[in-house]
Amino acid sequence: MNFAEMHQPEFAQAPATERHSHGRWEPYVDNGGTSLAIAGSDYVVVASDARQSNGYIINSRYSPKAFQLTNNVILATSGYAADAKRLVEVLEQNSQMYFHKHEKPMSTTATAQMLSNTLYGRRFFPYYVFPILAGLDTEGRGAVFAYDPVGNMERVVYRAFGSAAALVQPFLDSAVGFKNQRNADATRLLDREQALKIAIDAFTGAAERDIHTGDWLDIYIVDGNGVQHQKRELKHD
Amino acid sequence: MQLQTEQLQSAAGFKFDNVKRNQLLADKGLKLSTAKKTGTTIVGLVFKDGVVLGADTRATSGPIVADKNCEKIHYLAPNMYCCGAGTAADTEFTTNMVSSQIALHSLDTGREARVVTAMTMLKQHLFRHQGYIGASLILGGYDVTGPHLFSIHPHGSTDKLPYLTDGSGSLAAMSMFESRWRPSMSREEAIELVKDAIEAGIFNDMGSGSNVDVCVITQGNVEYLRGYSRPNQRVEKEQSYTFARGTTEYYVPRAAPQPAEVASAMDTSA
Repeated sequence: MNFAEMHQPEFAQAPATERHSHGRWEPYVDNGGTSLAIAGSDYVVVASDARQSNGYIINSRYSPKAFQLTNNVILATSGYAADAKRLVEVLEQNSQMYFHKHEKPMSTTATAQMLSNTLYGRRFFPYYVFPILAGLDTEGRGAVFAYDPVGNMERVVYRAFGSAAALVQPFLDSAVGFKNQRNADATRLLDREQALKIAIDAFTGAAERDIHTGDWLDIYIVDGNGVQHQKRELKHD
Repeated sequence: MQLQTEQLQSAAGFKFDNVKRNQLLADKGLKLSTAKKTGTTIVGLVFKDGVVLGADTRATSGPIVADKNCEKIHYLAPNMYCCGAGTAADTEFTTNMVSSQIALHSLDTGREARVVTAMTMLKQHLFRHQGYIGASLILGGYDVTGPHLFSIHPHGSTDKLPYLTDGSGSLAAMSMFESRWRPSMSREEAIELVKDAIEAGIFNDMGSGSNVDVCVITQGNVEYLRGYSRPNQRVEKEQSYTFARGTTEYYVPRAAPQPAEVASAMDTSA
């Protein structure tokens, strides 16, 4: 009896039905995870967890979704990891082209506009990514830009996107934006150490309550001296 | 017609009088609310002197952790416990109901109930409701005939096996059992394997998390080890988030102006 031959037809048929029961191709996957950025007077803090998941399955415990695009620009993503990867490739290529053409690195604001244009260029088959771009502006102030998947752009002081955004953003509204606090100055910017602590606490809290957020935390701090990166442990359950 | 309504209203247990209405509304596009289904890892195994049950303690609703330390090993009788996966309310109510029926049965017969009796009551109840009661159970106990371990599926089918896993983390847990379970293990080995199986679920299945509960049932003895392993303690926060006194905005209503002279304004003496 030929064992391999006997079982082959069953194998060939098995996987087709389950995942795409309606027979239609699904181009997008939500890989979960959370990203945030906080701007200060002369720095930005960017934080992303590194878990990549699908349904109840963890694809990877350390698959970073915050990327250093240029010397002083960080792109933090969430949504579909494959699209995020491709988006970063495109942005890196174009900023390299810019560098060689103009013999100077692209400014943060120019990179921000390029990202918006790149996203809108795929208006009818978007990158399923929720980007947060962070760097220093021409005056050396912290700059955070938040986008939707088709390129709507907004400069903000702080922002959280991803699977735990609904948990983290209200926390940032209180801790960074001083919202609904009578004696607080809502326009005040945090100092660096405070912003870092808040970013860390946001993620330890998110890992407690959001099943898609966890494992490792990537933190980037951008200031006049350049980019500093650190990796911290989050809960693995 | 009259008879039909009466039947619907007097039926013991569940009421089905809104079924037709709900079906109509669903057909018109109304999204009906669904019961809380929790991701879970539950396990059970038979060892030399009895059975060991295990469960994680995470309860989820969608992607959110609803309870970080819930109890999934339910009491059934002094010699029986039952792990529940699936719809939280269904596992809770089903095990509760069978537990009281078992208690009455014991009182009636003057004997300790057998595990098969509880198993039969559970499966008949679940079969009667055709899978609509979303309870997926692992039942373990020790009776006059020895140790027993059953799994009961929502439609009412049962298995009797020496080691079982269930819930969304069942595959991760079963990988531990398939590689390490062997007949007549010692108590310590059995507990360790159950712990490792649940931890496999906790770390590799996102529907499961937090702590490991263990329950060891032997002849005439039960040891319920709540929080036997706690590998996911929260780290200390970087800073405190208490607000200064007076932070909250509040409204002080102004006292309503009093009428100048109530007596003269409302003179009713005449």
